[in-house]
This record gives sequence, structure tokens and C-alpha cells, in this order.
Amino acid sequence: MSDPAVAALLELVTPLVNRRVGPYNGWNPVTRTQIWQWCMAMGDENPLYLDDDYRAANTDFTGAVAPPTMMQMWTMRAVNGDHGPGSTRQNPYEILAIMEQHGFAGVMAVSYDQTFHRYLQEGDQVHHYSTIIKISDLKTTGVGKGFFVTEKAEYMDQNNEVFAEALITYFQYQTPPKQPGAKKAAAPGKINRVHPVENQDTAHFWQGLRDGKLLIQRCTSCNTLRHPPQPMCEKCQSLQWDCIESTGQGSVYTFTVMHYPEIPPFDYPNTIVLVDLQEGVRIVSQLIDTKPGDVHIGMPVAMQIKEVQDGMSLPLFRPVQK
Amino acid sequence: MTTIHNLQASQIQTGDKLPEFALPITARLVVSAAIATQDFQDVHHDKAAAQEKGTPDIFMNILTTNGFVGRYLTDWAGPGSRIKKIRFNLGAPNYPGDTMIMSGEVKELSEENGLTLVHVEFRGKNGMGNHVSGSAIVQLADKGASK
Repeated sequence: MSDPAVAALLELVTPLVNRRVGPYNGWNPVTRTQIWQWCMAMGDENPLYLDDDYRAANTDFTGAVAPPTMMQMWTMRAVNGDHGPGSTRQNPYEILAIMEQHGFAGVMAVSYDQTFHRYLQEGDQVHHYSTIIKISDLKTTGVGKGFFVTEKAEYMDQNNEVFAEALITYFQYQTPPKQPGAKKAAAPGKINRVHPVENQDTAHFWQGLRDGKLLIQRCTSCNTLRHPPQPMCEKCQSLQWDCIESTGQGSVYTFTVMHYPEIPPFDYPNTIVLVDLQEGVRIVSQLIDTKPGDVHIGMPVAMQIKEVQDGMSLPLFRPVQK
Repeated sequence: MTTIHNLQASQIQTGDKLPEFALPITARLVVSAAIATQDFQDVHHDKAAAQEKGTPDIFMNILTTNGFVGRYLTDWAGPGSRIKKIRFNLGAPNYPGDTMIMSGEVKELSEENGLTLVHVEFRGKNGMGNHVSGSAIVQLADKGASK
């Protein structure tokens, strides 16, 4: 989309920013049945909500209490698509609808920021007002180009008192054109670590790990140790080699801590270490059982060979207890 | 009557971890919770419609995520606690067949009107990454109050 087109679109929607629309009325008062249905679906057994004996003994509430996170549910549209009786006919998301007509057809909610002022209980009657308070510039994200649009929702009771409020941010984006043939997306599988290439030069190393040993190559001509595995001695160019088994003892030569982006299947923060093995070679690995702030250069570490997934064993390191 | 455990300020400190909670995602959970939250968007109950929109399966709606976040907090802090604020970012969708692991950590303790406020950071992680991550403020139960 060209810049003038974006400017024209923003000109259309900007006047609608800060326009408060509503009310959007709930179909029913707060009822025990709907609280029950919610709690059953969520597996929420908090006795405050539905246990009359608990409430009588411990609280001033006289009827069933709604979980605060039900806030938005009370004024949702019914299955026929309509808001409750007496609601305004204005579309709270007119801005999003205009963006959709201009090629930004995808929408996803990206963040919620909710404040709960009081509990609702049986008999309360809910309505809400909606105001779009902010539209970002055109942004490029992983799903495409679009606008972040922030809605302020005020949830009110029968006395027009706000019992909860929320800032909800949506991303309204350009959907990519449909690819012919690529109809169904594959079901998501478990995400595994990528296994490094295992070939004639490296097979001994990976087999060693599967056997529970960290093997270091040794040149049989000049006795120089080397890691990572390679076919030739970098000192004397000999192609003859064998292996010694490492003790797995060493110290942190240097390290870095990955925080973002979080890529499965790794745990985050992910501490990557370069370990000085006692034998005199260095190996890149992951430091486990420690907090990033506790890692320091020179820290003594010991290896633990761990089968991180089927058929893949890795030498991981953990701090040595003093 | 249900046994009541209300978390007390003396029992927690900054850095404490909330117990992890594993939620297996099933089609039954996604659909029943979508209906309980009055969300009739087809991507939450109709697999063919969801696939037409480019996703591999139906997926959990946001109100349900919100409900599980609320449950996770009060399961830990007890029925006398009170959620004051929840803020979260949404990420990888929860598809049937996956499992979401909820975890959390106490980041700060403060006081308001003689009651303890616990500032918690939480996340719900599935096989593709963070489904939800954010922070909450939970007011602990008033120790002395019976009513």
C-alpha cells in the first residue's frame, strides 16, 4: 500500500478516534447459571463464586459472585450476533471495519490491560461503553503490515458505576493473498531441536554422547587435542586421529544470555556458555540449573550428558557446588 | 465445606515461584469455554472454518485465556484474595493437542490500606512458545477479617 493510500485511510478513521459509543447491554443480569457454566469450563473451584456456605461464613456477599475475568462476557453478543436489548446500533469497531474495506482484513488482539474495581454478584446488570483511543502509524510485524488500534472499554453496572475497565489493543493487518492449492495448514507438531549434521567426520562425537561419553579428538601424530570434530590436525596436518574421553570438568570461558525472541523448544532465559574443558579444548554448550545473574567468567562447571529429545544427547553444563 | 487456604504475606517473598499448572488443550475445552464466554466466532468451534482462515485447527479464545489466568492466580492466592489488575500480551495460539504450562513469579510486594498487594509475572507456554505472558496485581486475603 502506497503512502498516499495510508494517509487517505488515516484521514478517514482519525475523526472516529475518541468517539465514545454505547451502551452495549447485557442480555441477562448476572446469573448463577452463567457463572456456573464459566467455572465448569475453566475448572475454577474458587468457593467464593458458587459456594453459599463459604460466602456466608467468610464474606458479606449474599448471592453467587462472578469471577472478575468474566467482565467482558456479560455484554458479549448472543449467538444471533446481536447485543442485548436497548443497545446502541453503532458499530464499536467502525474504525476496524473501514480498515478492513481498505485491504487490512486481518485482525488479532495483541494485549489486554484490565483493572477490576469490584466483584459482580447475582442480579447485577451490566453494560459497557467503547472508545477507540489510539491508532498507531503503519507498522510491519510478523503477520504483515498494519495498525495497532487501542480500545478503551468501560464496564458498568445498573448504577452506571464502573466495576472494571480494560484497554484492549488489536492489530489490524493486510492479509496475504491466498495461495492456490495451499488450502489447509498442517497441524502443529512438537517443535524439536535441529540435529546438527552427523557425517563421517562427526559421527564418533554424536555416538559417544549417545554412549554417555564426551569424546575429544586427539591427533595420533602430534598428540594435539581438538574440538569441534574435524578431519585434519590443524597443527601438523595429520589425518590420523583417535579420541580421549573428557572428564567433563571445566570452567566458563565466556557466556551470553538469550532473552528474546523466545524460540521453542529452548527454555528462557537461555544461558549459552563457552566452556574451557580441563583437557584444554573449548566447547559451546548450554548452562543449566542456574540463574543468568549467577553466571560469571571462570565459574567452575561440570558436564551432564542429557538426552534432550529422542536420539539426541547433548553435553550440558551446570555450576559445580562449592 | 471446602478447605480454605488463603495465602498470607508472611508466607511469600519476592522471587517465589507460583506452582506450575499444566492445561491439556482439547477441542472440548476450546469449544465449551468459548460458549461459556459467549464467544461464537467460528474459529473457536468450527475446524473447517478455522482452516479456511488459514489456521490448522480451532483455537482458544481470549476470554478463556483470561479466565485461566484468573483461575491460576486465585488457585494460588486463595478465595479471600482479590485480583486488582491483569495485563497480558497474546502470542502463540492454543490448538487442541497442545499443552499450556502456566508459571509465575512474585516480583514485588507492596501495601495498600493495610492489605498486601502481590505483583506477579506469569506466562502460559505451549509447544510453540508463549501463548500468554503478562503481569497481575493480587490483593491477599485480610488475615483478621471473618466477613
